[in-house]
Amino acid sequence: MSSQVATRDAPFQLRGANFTMMVLKVGDPRNPNFFPVLAGKIAQAPNFFRNAPVVLDLDDIPAGVPFDFENFCGLLHNLGLIAVGLQGGTKELQDAALAAGLAALPAAKGRAEGFDPLAGTGRSPAQGVHNMQPQSAPEPAAASPAAPPAVAAEPLPYQRSTLIVTEPVRSGRQVYAAGGDLVVVAPVSPGAELLADGSIHVYGTLRGRALAGVSGDRSARIFCQSLEAELVSIAGLYRVSEDMDKSIRRRQVQIFLDNGFLHIDPVAA
Amino acid sequence: MAKIVTMTSGKGGVGKTTSSAAFGTGLALRGFKTCIIDFDVGLRNLDLIMGCERRVVFDFVNVINGEAKLSQALIKDKRVENLYILPTSQTRDKDALSKEGVEKILDELKKEFDYIVCDSPAGIEKGAQMALYFADEAIIVTNPEVSSVRDSDRILGVIQAKSRRAEQGLEPVKEHLLLTRYDLERVEKGEMLKVDDVLEILAIPLLGIIPESPAVLKASNVGMPVVLDDKSAAGQAYADAVARFLGEKVEHRFMKPEKKGFFDRLLRRSA
Repeated sequence: MSSQVATRDAPFQLRGANFTMMVLKVGDPRNPNFFPVLAGKIAQAPNFFRNAPVVLDLDDIPAGVPFDFENFCGLLHNLGLIAVGLQGGTKELQDAALAAGLAALPAAKGRAEGFDPLAGTGRSPAQGVHNMQPQSAPEPAAASPAAPPAVAAEPLPYQRSTLIVTEPVRSGRQVYAAGGDLVVVAPVSPGAELLADGSIHVYGTLRGRALAGVSGDRSARIFCQSLEAELVSIAGLYRVSEDMDKSIRRRQVQIFLDNGFLHIDPVAA
Repeated sequence: MAKIVTMTSGKGGVGKTTSSAAFGTGLALRGFKTCIIDFDVGLRNLDLIMGCERRVVFDFVNVINGEAKLSQALIKDKRVENLYILPTSQTRDKDALSKEGVEKILDELKKEFDYIVCDSPAGIEKGAQMALYFADEAIIVTNPEVSSVRDSDRILGVIQAKSRRAEQGLEPVKEHLLLTRYDLERVEKGEMLKVDDVLEILAIPLLGIIPESPAVLKASNVGMPVVLDDKSAAGQAYADAVARFLGEKVEHRFMKPEKKGFFDRLLRRSA
């Protein structure tokens, strides 16, 4: 009892939490092209990488290769990446990294942590809803639950964040793509609700609601082949169907924010 | 003092939502500030019948969860002054309703409205119980057929046992019978129960008889409460029911076949 009181009065709280982080798999840190190539990659999506925490994966570094962590992390920092930890590697590498202020993380379980797109909706993921598979990673070994961890730990070459739905989204169903885009390759019925932290693409008729950028991403967009939506919203700015211009109904459109206004523009087919 | 009127039936498909829309609109037409609430979480339909589905942004469940203010979720009817609709959520289920949450919203509505019409879902489970718990008056929607009458009898029992008025030993919920889809010709042929048969079993006062009318389906599909169609028999019957509810003496119509001339017979069903 007394300890509980002490905890409540404490000036801090210790809690467990899960974070999704990028893993930077280091092949050969001595390669002179390492940082130029990485810089090119980052230039493709500077906002996504800005001050992003990364975990270094040291498994592929050949034994005996020296690694100056402080210098390496400094160069990463110049690119806007913040190294926070490492995984894998030899004992020597791990000790050196620890000395440089990086935390050793246990090896990742399975592939990049999948998320349940329907978490919190009280529904189990239905058929037709699955996370996008990386093109280079063959499905079988990694997806089999019986596979030993060593096989299952095959890392993704990038952060997977797109949710693909191939079945019609029926009235009353809610699909949420956390941390990324939502692609629906089927019609969306009235009364259905699509949510995404990123953009929403509907290759079919959008008759339900679509809310993109629900965590505040104002650059998110909504694309659909035929607009008959009940409501569309980007980063909290919404428009209901009654307020939509007749000229864009049943048209192929994109919806985006510009100067704080919600635009619904036809897309040339 | 605001009154909470629950439209309920036990059985599905008897016309609760149609009646809620027509009755609520009828009250507003009489100058009472009226709000119709859709309690059928997950099977939202009232907004369609009221023709405001294109204006729904927030809903009843959002307000219960504190995600939106009541004023943001209420939709003002464009045709009738004093009429508001509180739509429900299509993506949630009945568990989203809690007694405390519903009470809070009803208390807030009571400050502003004269009548709050609760459109109950079918069944006798949580959704229906939430819709009837706070009722001051209940309108039991019944079709002239045995299964509907039995279910109405059952829901009357629920009202008498599980409503707040029953639990707190207050004056009991005032019950009214609304007999819908009444088809005189089929009653005459003995294919449907007569008004008297239904009244004998349910033993509650008759608020109105709504004749079977093509105008009802038409009104639903265009999103217009049928009471606004004052040329249709169903529209007139709802207007009568509202008048009786407000204490006026109005004779029941549509109980006996009208004398039909030759041309009426040719043109019948055009009501």
